[in-house]
Amino acid sequence: MSDPTPPTKHATANPKTRRQIMRSLTMGGAIIGASLFGFFPVLRKWTPRLRPPGALPEREFLAACIKCGQCVQVCPVRAIELGDLDEGFGVGVPFIPPRAQACDFSCDAVQCVLSCPTGALDHAIIKKEQVRMGLARLDRPGTCLARKGEGYKGPARPAPFKGVHRYAEIDRWKPVKLAEYKYDLDVCDLCVRECPVANAITMEPMSSDPGDRRRTPVVHEACVGCGMCEMICPTEAASIVIDIRRKWGDA
Amino acid sequence: MSLLSSLKIMLGAAPERPRGYTPEAAAMHEAKRQIKGADRAREIKAAHAEHNSHKWRNIRWATLITINMVFVLSFRFDVQLVEGSLTGARVIGFHMADLNSAIQVMLAYKVILLNLVIGTTTVFLMWWLFGGRTFCSWSCPYHLLAEIAEKIHLALAARRMVVDYPLHRGARTVLYVVFALLALISGYTVFESISPTGIVSRALIYGPGLAMVWVMGLLVYEIVFIRRMWCRYICPIGLTYGFVGAISPLRVKYNLENCLHEGDCRKVCLVPHVLECTKKTYAEDVEVAISADCTRCGLCIDACPTGSLRFEVKGLNKLL
Repeated sequence: MSDPTPPTKHATANPKTRRQIMRSLTMGGAIIGASLFGFFPVLRKWTPRLRPPGALPEREFLAACIKCGQCVQVCPVRAIELGDLDEGFGVGVPFIPPRAQACDFSCDAVQCVLSCPTGALDHAIIKKEQVRMGLARLDRPGTCLARKGEGYKGPARPAPFKGVHRYAEIDRWKPVKLAEYKYDLDVCDLCVRECPVANAITMEPMSSDPGDRRRTPVVHEACVGCGMCEMICPTEAASIVIDIRRKWGDA
Repeated sequence: MSLLSSLKIMLGAAPERPRGYTPEAAAMHEAKRQIKGADRAREIKAAHAEHNSHKWRNIRWATLITINMVFVLSFRFDVQLVEGSLTGARVIGFHMADLNSAIQVMLAYKVILLNLVIGTTTVFLMWWLFGGRTFCSWSCPYHLLAEIAEKIHLALAARRMVVDYPLHRGARTVLYVVFALLALISGYTVFESISPTGIVSRALIYGPGLAMVWVMGLLVYEIVFIRRMWCRYICPIGLTYGFVGAISPLRVKYNLENCLHEGDCRKVCLVPHVLECTKKTYAEDVEVAISADCTRCGLCIDACPTGSLRFEVKGLNKLL
C-alpha cells in the first residue's frame, strides 16, 4: 500500500503513544506519591528533634533549610547530625542528639548559625545566651544523685561513650572525650558544673537543715536547651533531659 | 534553531524536521543523496575502523569524581576549602547554592536571605558560563551512578533480558510545575526529600543512611524498566539548569559536512532529541548549535567517527 500523505499524528490514536502516556502518568503519580510520604513523619511528629541553635520554628525551619550540612561541618564537637529518610521532609535537616553529643557552645560564638546560607538558623542570634532550643527538665528526680545526696567518682560517661566536651582549663581548642575525664565530687553537680550558660541551672538545698547533703537542680529562665546537662548526667537514663522547643512559661 | 523552539523541545515537544534549508545546507543534503547505499555503508565502516575514543567521558568522570571528593576530603580533613554539599556550599568563603534547591527553599519559606541571593547568583553565573546542564553530567553524583546503571541496562537489553519502556519527556515539565506548586502550597521543600542528587551528595560527605535505599531502588528500576528514568523524565534540577544552559556560550556544535548520519551520537545521548539535527536531512544549516537540554557530557563527541560534533564557545571562535 502506498500512501502519499503521511498518517495524521494523533496522540491517542496510536496505541503505543497512548501506552507511553499512561505509563508517564502512572510513573509521575508514583514519584509525587513517594515525595508526599514525607508528610507523615512531619505531621505525625514521629521523630521530634532538638534543632541546632537559632533554628526557626519547626515548620519554617524545614522550609528554609537547604539541607547542605554546613552547620555540621563547622561544629567543633560535631554535635550536629542530618536527618534520614524516616524523618520525611526532615531528610538532610540538621538536629542534635543531646544525650549522645550535646552542643556545649565550644565555638564561643554560634558558628552553625553563621554558616547557615538560608537563615534557617536565624542570623539574629549572635550569642549563646539568645539561643532557645528547648528547656532542661528534671525528668527522673528519683535517680538524680544530687537529690540522694550522693557524690560521683570517675568519668561522667564511661567508655564506650564517644561524646566530647570542651574543658577550657585543659585545652581551649581541643575538646576532650567525656570517657577520659575523671571527676571526684562529694555531691554530684555535673549538670550545673558543666552548663555553658550562666545562671541557667543551680543546685538548691532540699531542706533548711545545714547537715542535709541533698541538693536539687533547678532550671531557670536563662536555660537555652543546649543539652549539655542531659549529656553529662551520669545516671542511666539521664535524670535531666531537654524538652524540645519548650519555652519558659509553657506547660 | 531559535531559542523558543529549543526550549519547547526541552519541555517535551517533539523536534520537527526543518521547513527549509540554507543554500549551502541544501547543496550538502543533495550531494549526500547522490551517494549509493553500498558506498555509504563502506564509508561508515571505514570511518569507524579507527575510531574508539572515550576522551571526554574520561575527563568528565575525573572531573565529577574530583568535585565530589573535594567536598568529602575537605570535611574529612577539615581544610575548609569547600564546606557543605552540592545543595549548598561555601567555596573558599564564597556562598554557592544549588539553583533548584534554592528555588525550592524560596518557594517554601517565602523569605529570601541575602546569602541565598549571593549563592544563587554565583552558581547561576558559573553554570551559565559552563553550559547549564553541565551540572548534571559533570558534577551530579547520581548522574555517574545512573550512567553505570545505564551500562548494565544496555548490556542486559542486548541479551534481551530487559526492555526499555520510555516515558513521555513532557513528564519532567509537569513534575517541575507540580514540585514548585507543592513547595509553594505546602511550605515544605517536598522535592528535596526524594532528590537523589542531594541524598547521594550528603551520603558521600556525611555518611550514608536509609535514604540511600531509595536511591538504590531508583537505580534498580532504571536497570530493569526505564533507561535513565530519573535524569530523562523526572529530575527538575535538570530542567532548571537546562534553562540556564539555553543561553550559555559553551555548547556542542554540529557540522553537517562530513556527517554520515549513522546515528551513533543519538545512541549514547542522554537527551537524543537535542541531536535530531544529525538525522539525514534534518539540519537546516551547515552548522547547528545543539539545544538547551544538552548536558555537554561529550559522549556524542567521543562517539562521532567523523568529528562532526565538537565543543564550542560562542564568539570565541571568531576572536581566535
